[in-house]
Amino acid sequence: MLTIKNLQAKIGEKQILNGINLEVKPGEVHAIMGPNGSGKSTLASVLAGREEYEVTGGEVSFEGKDLLEMAPEDRAREGVFLAFQYPVEIPGVSTINFMKTAVNQIRGYRGQPTLDAVSFLGLMKEKMKLVEIDQALLNRALNEGFSGGEKKRNEIFQMAMLEPKLAILDETDSGLDIDALKIVSNGVNKLRNKSNAVIVVTHYQRLLDYIVPDFVHVLYKGKIVKSGTKELALELEAKGYDWIKEEVSVL
Amino acid sequence: MSKDNQVLEELTSKEYEHGWTTDIETDSAPKGLNEDIIRFISAKKNEPAWLLEWRMKAYQQWTKMKEPTWANVKFPEINYQDVIYYSAPKQKVTPKNLEDVDPELIKTFEKLGISLTEQKRLTGIAVDAVIDSVSVATTFKETLGELGIIFCSFSEAVQKHPDLVKKYMGSVVPVNDNYFSALNSAVFTDGSFCYIPKGVRCPMELSTYFRINAANTGQFERTLIVADEGSYVSYLEGCTAPQRDENQLHAAVVEIYAMKDATVKYSTVQNWYPGNKEGKGGIYNFVTKRGLCYGDSSKISWTQVETGSAITWKYPSCILRGDNSMGEFYSVAVTNNYQQADTGTKMIHIGKNTKSRIVSKGISAGHSQNSYRGQVHIMKRAEGARNFSQCDSLLMGDQCGAHTFPYIDVENNTARIEHEATTSKIGEDQIFYCLQRGIDEESAVALIVNGYAKEVLNQLPMEFAVEAQKLLALTLEGSVG
Repeated sequence: MLTIKNLQAKIGEKQILNGINLEVKPGEVHAIMGPNGSGKSTLASVLAGREEYEVTGGEVSFEGKDLLEMAPEDRAREGVFLAFQYPVEIPGVSTINFMKTAVNQIRGYRGQPTLDAVSFLGLMKEKMKLVEIDQALLNRALNEGFSGGEKKRNEIFQMAMLEPKLAILDETDSGLDIDALKIVSNGVNKLRNKSNAVIVVTHYQRLLDYIVPDFVHVLYKGKIVKSGTKELALELEAKGYDWIKEEVSVL
Repeated sequence: MSKDNQVLEELTSKEYEHGWTTDIETDSAPKGLNEDIIRFISAKKNEPAWLLEWRMKAYQQWTKMKEPTWANVKFPEINYQDVIYYSAPKQKVTPKNLEDVDPELIKTFEKLGISLTEQKRLTGIAVDAVIDSVSVATTFKETLGELGIIFCSFSEAVQKHPDLVKKYMGSVVPVNDNYFSALNSAVFTDGSFCYIPKGVRCPMELSTYFRINAANTGQFERTLIVADEGSYVSYLEGCTAPQRDENQLHAAVVEIYAMKDATVKYSTVQNWYPGNKEGKGGIYNFVTKRGLCYGDSSKISWTQVETGSAITWKYPSCILRGDNSMGEFYSVAVTNNYQQADTGTKMIHIGKNTKSRIVSKGISAGHSQNSYRGQVHIMKRAEGARNFSQCDSLLMGDQCGAHTFPYIDVENNTARIEHEATTSKIGEDQIFYCLQRGIDEESAVALIVNGYAKEVLNQLPMEFAVEAQKLLALTLEGSVG
């Protein structure tokens, strides 16, 4: 589904990604871990098409198409979803209104007819249940005055609404207490199926107790320096990142 | 230039939609302004002597006045002798009803989305259509007549209801109130008149649609709304003009007189030609709008969506004379390219327990300048007066300006006044968030701007709100940064 080959990127003059290679197949969950500043969030942003980051080399293909050539909105319409680490506030625009615009623009791109109000509401009710979110929250202005937990739940609700092929969760666990973490993870797990994939970007192993990855990759200085299964995450939890750094410096 | 800036540029550079002209024969006065021109206008309209006298007095006062210079706008000096003060579409017969109206004129308004044929009742809006200097048609007159509501062109009111006109004209905006009101009083050519009798709730929206068509012509219309005790009316005003290289002058006067327990809601969607991207051409919109809450517990509410005009100079105000009376001002003013707007309101609290509420949302893009100017004046006997003001500015790009000039005068210490102000920018983060959900940049800007202006747009009647939303998006097309 997603093939990243030797991806390099910089922001301003600072080179951050130094040749990432990654293959994600349908049905898989990949965790990207690593110390602060290793390039985890940059990778997520580059895949989503944030313009501050300049790709300086490598290629990314998504479902056989050149992802890097696509405008950010087209990546979203092709099925790439980014759950933001810091979801943005949009005053005066309710989540419902926001999602209605998004769903219908994506449908338009795919040549599907616009959803009328009744069908949209039906879809919304179904997804609300799935991710356990209250309609009162969705009536409010997007992320405005939301608690950290509410913002992240709202992101997962949006993911449910848009049914992406590839979901990238950028530090979705940051700022969540254990109850919120469970609810958010639950939502993600319910949305998993054989044909979609998830990339979980996280600093801590904690989230991976709930969203169990098939593969764990360690990112350090803009490169994947170690890959393994979920046991690798436990090892990192126990030993920290220093041994990885040492291993890398030996090489 | 970043990509966002480019999109902002594209968005804000969308062409003006109503820039076409209608080819109709006109009956015009020669250029310039003097007593003969005023006599010419008065004679054209077959006016009674008292009105000609009124005009002459206004003209005399105007010649002694000076153009105001305190507004935060810049423009070359206007040569008032270079303007045509009267221009009317030539009609073969004076239209008695809609069937007599020149089909070309009906088409003109249909092109603007205004149906003058009453068969299309769906909209439930009665319209007075004014082109250049004259009203060409007023719809639903009979239906409204059954309730005793008078809704007609100003000229017709002068002929058929001279007592009402004589009594109320100039009672809210005195002739010498300001330079432009004096000019208007001397040369006004038409406009709308509306009277709602005691206890009547007007069953439909009343609307005036103004269209400037002829070149080099100024438009000077007057609107007078009188709401008798306990009545209610919601009034809408829309306007457009063709695209021309010369600046055209629009100096209107709107007066609202509300008696005891009456409520008047006045909504404007102003979309005069704003000039081109380089700032050439466009309408000078110098308008005096004022409402008098004469009776106790009366209420006047102004809502305006200002998207057009090269220069806007406009302060819809309320004089809260009656005890417990209430004034409201809700405004969204958008400026783009080289547009300049200096707009706001005055709330003059005279009566006891009077209340006012001001919500102003400015949006500046391109190289434009957008100023809010407002005054809240609590007079001595206004015991227990209250005001709430909120003035927000939204900036798009880094070439534009937003300014706020609030004036507060309090002469009674029981007054409670609250003032809030914010300035924000559309963030690249907000845009990217929308893009990542599959929403294109244009729609993202529209969404964000409409969210920002929501509190004001919510005040508009539904049909108008949808129109206004589209207009906001259109005006800002090409302007994210």
